Amino acid sequence: MNPLTDTQALDVLCPMHLVMDASGRITHPGPTLVKMRPGQELKGKQFLDLFEVKRPHAILSMRDFRGIAPQKLHLKLRDAPHTALKGIMVQAGGDTDQIIVNLRFGISIVDGVRDFALTNADFAATDLAIEMLYLVEAKTAAMEASYRLNTRLQGAKIAAEEQAYTDTLTGLKNRRALNTVLNRLIEARSSFAVMHIDLDYLKTVNDTLGHAAGDHVLQTVARIMVDETRAQDLVARVGGDEFTVVLPDVRSEDILRRVGKRIIERLEEPMPYQGSDCRISASIGTVWIQSGDTPTLEDLLSDADVALYASKNAGRATQTLYTPELRDAANAVVPPGKDADRSA
Amino acid sequence: MMRYEDGYTARLLDAASAVLERSRSEVMEDIGTFIVSNSNFEAVRRLLRFGGIDFVDFLHSLDDLDERVQLAVAELRLPKIKLRSHTNRHFSLLCDASLPGYGHVMMGVLRAMADDYGALALLEHTGQACGQEVVSIRLVENDFTEGRDFDLGACAG
Repeated sequence: MNPLTDTQALDVLCPMHLVMDASGRITHPGPTLVKMRPGQELKGKQFLDLFEVKRPHAILSMRDFRGIAPQKLHLKLRDAPHTALKGIMVQAGGDTDQIIVNLRFGISIVDGVRDFALTNADFAATDLAIEMLYLVEAKTAAMEASYRLNTRLQGAKIAAEEQAYTDTLTGLKNRRALNTVLNRLIEARSSFAVMHIDLDYLKTVNDTLGHAAGDHVLQTVARIMVDETRAQDLVARVGGDEFTVVLPDVRSEDILRRVGKRIIERLEEPMPYQGSDCRISASIGTVWIQSGDTPTLEDLLSDADVALYASKNAGRATQTLYTPELRDAANAVVPPGKDADRSA
Repeated sequence: MMRYEDGYTARLLDAASAVLERSRSEVMEDIGTFIVSNSNFEAVRRLLRFGGIDFVDFLHSLDDLDERVQLAVAELRLPKIKLRSHTNRHFSLLCDASLPGYGHVMMGVLRAMADDYGALALLEHTGQACGQEVVSIRLVENDFTEGRDFDLGACAG
C-alpha cells in the first residue's frame, strides 16, 4: 500500500508533517506547517530553502540524505522567527521515492504557539503539546503565587526585626540594635564616635510631675537627639535615662564637641508639659575610634562610661572625650581594693 | 501558597457567611465564580480552559481536575469529582463530600466557565447522597454566545 495516496490521514495523524520527493521538492505540506508560513506557497518549494538542518551535521544538499537510515532531525526555519523544530525523516517505501518528514516543537513550543497563533486543532490528538503548555502556565502561576507570598513574608520579617530593634516609647533604636551596629563598625575597622548620654534630674520630673511627664520628657529628648544628629547617625535608648549616639565618619574632635554641646543646650531648655515646665540636663562621655583601631565592644562601652563619669564628676551638663588618662584617674579613686593591688 | 489546618476552612466559611449575612452555600458558590471570573485570578481561568475546546469537552476534563491541580501545586489536594453523562445534554457532576459544600463551589466554577465558553447551561445542586454532592448540568446550548477569547500562547512566555 502506498501511504501517500491518502494525505488526509497524515494531515490528521501528524498535522506538522510534509511530504517531498527525492530532490527535496515539497509535494504536500501538512496543515499546521501551512499555518506557520502564512502567505507562502510551500508546495513546490525546496525543503532546504525552508529549513536549515542543524543535525545531522554537514547536510548541504538532498544528496547527503540519500541512503541513510530514518534520521532524527534538528531544523530551524530559515525565515523569522527562526523557530527551532525537531523531527524525523523516513522514506515512504513501496515504489515511490517520496520522503515524509514529521515535525514537532521542542522546548520552543511556548514561543511557537504564540508566534503562529496555534490552537488545539493544530496539534495531533495524541500530541502532548497542550499538556506541556498547561504545565508551563501552571508552573508560572504557582511560582508567581509563591513569589508573592515570599515577598509578603519578607516584608513581615523586616517589620518584626525593625520592632525588635526599636524602643517602643521613643521610637529610637534599642540596645540590641546598638550592639549590632557597633559590632559591624568594629569589624569593618571604621572610624566612628560613641556618645554615651545620661539624663540628669529625670527622676525629679517623675517624682514631682508623674511618669506621664517623664515619658513626655523622654520622647522630647529622643526628638532633640535625632534633630541634632545626621541621618546616618544612630540614636539608641539603652536604659531608663541612658542614650547612646553612634556617629560614623567624624572628621574632628571639634565637631564632636559642638554636637555634644548643642544636645546638652537643647535638653536644658524647659519642656512644657500640661502647664508645668520639666527641666532636665545631661552628661556626655564620648569615645572617638580611629579607622584601623580594633577595640572590643566591652572596652568601647566601658571607655564611654569612664568618660561619662568624668563628666558627672565635673558637675554635669558637660561632655568629656575619653583619654586613657581618665581611666587611670578613675582607677586611682575607685575601687580602693584594686588600687591597693596595683601599688603592691 | 501557605498550608493551613483543615479546620480553618469551615471556620472561615462560617465567619464569612456570618459577616455577609448569606448562607454558607451561597458564599461557596460565589467563591467558585470569583476564582474563575476575577481578573486577578486570570491564571485559574486559563488553566481551566486548557481542559477542553468547548464547554462539553471542558466538562469531561473535570475528571482529571484534581490530578491537573496536583501537577501545578503538588500539595494542593482537591476533592475528587466525576462527570456522569446521562444524555449528550444532561450531565451530573459527582463531588466527593469530604469538603462539605464543594458541590456549591463547583456550581460557581461551572457557571463562570459556561459564560467563558459562551455556553448556556442550567445548573442545580440536587443535594447529597452516599457521601457525594450532585450538581445537575443541563446544556441548553453549547455554542450560545462567542464566549471569551482563549489564545493558547497569550500567557505562556
